[in-house]
Amino acid sequence: MKNLMKAALGIVVGLAVVASVAAQQAPDRSKAPAPGPVPALKLPPIQKRTLANGLPVWIVAMPKVPVVQVNLIVRAGAATDPAGKYGLASFTSAMLDEGAGTRDALALADAIEFLGISISTGSSWDASTVGLFSPVSKLDDALPLLADVALHPSFSEAEVERLRQERLTSLMQQRDNAGVVANAAFGRLVYGPRHRYGAMAMGNSVSNGEMTAQEIRAFHAQYYQPQNSHLLVVGDVTPDTILPKLEKTFGGWKNGAKPAAPALPAAPQHAAKQIYLIDRPGAAQSQIRIGWIGVPRSTPDFYVLEVMNTVLGGSFTSRLNQNLRERNGYSYGAGSLFDMRSTAGPFYASSGVQTDKTVESLREFFNELTAIRQPIPAGELDRAKNYLALGFPAGFETTGSMAAQLGELVIYGLNESLFNEYVGRIQAITVADAQRAANQYVQPDKFAVIVVGDLAKIEAPIRAANLGPVRVVPVDDVLK
Amino acid sequence: MALAVLLTLVPLSAQQAPKVSAPYEMFTLPNGLTVILHEDHSVPMVTVNVWYHAGSAREKFGRTGFAHLFEHILFEGSKNVKEGDFDNFLEAAGGTNNGSTTTDRTNYYESVPSNALDLALFLESDRMGFLLDVVTPQLVNGQRDVVKNERRQSYENAPYGMSNVRLTELMYPKTHPYYWPVIGYMEDLTAATHEDVKEFFTKYYAPGNASIVIAGDINPAEAKKKIEHWFADVKPGPRLAPIEAPPVELTSVIKETMTDNVQLPRLTLAWHSPAQFKPGDAELDVLANVLTGGKNSRLYKRLVYDLQLVQSIQAFQASAALGSRFQIVATARPSEDPPDQVLAKIKTIIDEEIEKLKAAPPAAREVQRALNGIESNFLNSMQQSGDKADLMNAYFFATGNPDYFAEDLARYLALQPNDIQAAARKWLPADRRLELSVHPKGK
Repeated sequence: MKNLMKAALGIVVGLAVVASVAAQQAPDRSKAPAPGPVPALKLPPIQKRTLANGLPVWIVAMPKVPVVQVNLIVRAGAATDPAGKYGLASFTSAMLDEGAGTRDALALADAIEFLGISISTGSSWDASTVGLFSPVSKLDDALPLLADVALHPSFSEAEVERLRQERLTSLMQQRDNAGVVANAAFGRLVYGPRHRYGAMAMGNSVSNGEMTAQEIRAFHAQYYQPQNSHLLVVGDVTPDTILPKLEKTFGGWKNGAKPAAPALPAAPQHAAKQIYLIDRPGAAQSQIRIGWIGVPRSTPDFYVLEVMNTVLGGSFTSRLNQNLRERNGYSYGAGSLFDMRSTAGPFYASSGVQTDKTVESLREFFNELTAIRQPIPAGELDRAKNYLALGFPAGFETTGSMAAQLGELVIYGLNESLFNEYVGRIQAITVADAQRAANQYVQPDKFAVIVVGDLAKIEAPIRAANLGPVRVVPVDDVLK
Repeated sequence: MALAVLLTLVPLSAQQAPKVSAPYEMFTLPNGLTVILHEDHSVPMVTVNVWYHAGSAREKFGRTGFAHLFEHILFEGSKNVKEGDFDNFLEAAGGTNNGSTTTDRTNYYESVPSNALDLALFLESDRMGFLLDVVTPQLVNGQRDVVKNERRQSYENAPYGMSNVRLTELMYPKTHPYYWPVIGYMEDLTAATHEDVKEFFTKYYAPGNASIVIAGDINPAEAKKKIEHWFADVKPGPRLAPIEAPPVELTSVIKETMTDNVQLPRLTLAWHSPAQFKPGDAELDVLANVLTGGKNSRLYKRLVYDLQLVQSIQAFQASAALGSRFQIVATARPSEDPPDQVLAKIKTIIDEEIEKLKAAPPAAREVQRALNGIESNFLNSMQQSGDKADLMNAYFFATGNPDYFAEDLARYLALQPNDIQAAARKWLPADRRLELSVHPKGK
């Protein structure tokens, strides 16, 4: 500390002349300085290889820090769950590191932690991912553990039983959180009880209570195969250094019968405005979700929706946040989202608002959802486009974020040219494009409105405000 | 204690610690602002990260939550940036920004494409130099409402949220600046005036009480010129005297039970512990890992894995400048037994495990497991300019050295099992601590 303080002082002395000259001239603050020419984002190439068993491997060299991220993507997520077995993909993924290869759950955890690496397992609607973060120096020991977890999990009865109790408790705890209840309610009430998206990805207490080790083993055998998977390697490695190691650990993985790609039916669109109220006695805020079924990731309207939604509720300066937070102070924040999945996922606007401003907030939501259907002033549209296009490089800074970007391509079958096209496609969106998209995808008179709050205080005012038909829904109905 | 630390430092060079370092250039402007520059060209982005060395501990009783309310006001414009334009300008340039407040400091950052560095510096310098020209009572009112909703969302309507507010009240005397919550009390937020804003800004937001890190895709010579340019007319102000806080010590077990709108009972144990970077701080981080880090940790293995009495358990050293807290938080599994019995059982087992660690040091492998994880985390923190910038400001604030990464890691790598045992003995007395229970409402 002493030495560095000295070094710092040395620099100050050296600079004193420059600084005092600069101090004589105050900067021109009459207008904000215009940014210079946009710097080019030079992405390292994706080096595509294939292991002997056909497993595709994408390698991106990022040598700055001696670490590596290895993600095995398996194209099976909650959308693959069979009817009545909701949560099977999630349960399977959660079981992967509860014992694998020759190690039981405790020995496996000890081996992973002793190396100082981390192995994570998780599943979304469309994929399951087994991720490894490791210092490059530990890779030789780390990769066999990753392969054990992904390919050779034990799925012991005792561990399934233990995890079942943990999952049932988590499901019970979801009631503690008004935002989680509101999200679950939105899915159920928009997609209905029979569509997969009408239930939570991790399933419910009945399905999690019934799932067997046998079913989990069968799911793993059916979907965790080289022909249904993709390996992403990002970090301080080259194909020459990493491929022999991967061949050694993943090369023996064999294919079985080719699994069918999941095909969820399209759910009928929410047809008429309906307000659903869920009671949370004593709540200081009401959690609001407003929307309907949106679009799949494959939509040709991807770019225009990115831009239009940024204006509506996708950034701090977006209309919903400016209205509910900055102008009215009803909320800590408000926004909107197109949750794009393989099949059309939900679109919703959301916020937590103070209980005594619930009706006012609902009115403001509808004001904005209606106004977005009008032409967006050019300046506002430009700001949204620049926010997306110029900020794009931030998503490629770390091994983890780069691997996540590659994962999107792999899961949704997108071309890597997307990385180069993104900025141009965003900048090409016009006022007319955005208006067309808003009118097609934002139709407030058909939206579902979910409010989770203190009904003793908010039900009567909401009914009196005549915002639409009102139905009270028991919380058990949307969580079961 | 100091001697022990010096002795354990000796074998460090024998360990092959990874290189964690962020080379920097540091200088001070004539107005007192400390400037730290760090180059990282992995993406064409740059982060501007400002720390004002004042947080909620500088507040007056009756005006709690003010440092954080003030943080919000800083985004609402300044003399040459009209309300809303702070975010408008940054978004139009492809940038993001945020701020946060703790007991000890308030930070702000902008992450922008490197061609917009001037813009970020214009905005930061304008609010550092010329905020009070535009702050009106209406503006304060607007953010007061937003902050109240932040409190509702993050504390009042969040599971177990109010137990965190209560915890510090039970641990500190009213005269201690860590007594009240950073978010503040509702009535104090209501009472905050326009005059308070002026006073707080004048006292605490002078350039001499701040440090700014610019990290990312920069040419240091050019960045230096830009910062000299934009901060040239920001006037110096009063220097902050070090904060005075009365010593804190619990002399007995403090027990309290609250109720909340939750399904499961929760027990929190809390002790006063050494301030950040002081002897004992790193030991308690490692002790926390030995207790609850991973499946084989002492408390997780016994309470979650084997007995399945507990759904989740975390031990952590909540490090802060004036003194830290060591906390253990356990949330029970559903049970037929009443909550007080369930939590009593959990507490007995936690105590048994702590006593074991006092009686005998942890196994070498347990400590090594923790240290290897910590070492990887240090490597991970070198990946992103924004993370590095904030850490460099944190290190500068605490030690005067922005590139304290290797020294910080060395604190941990020097630790031996005996040190962990000694920390458990010294800092976790069973008869001087807080025992805070949360029971589900109506159960």
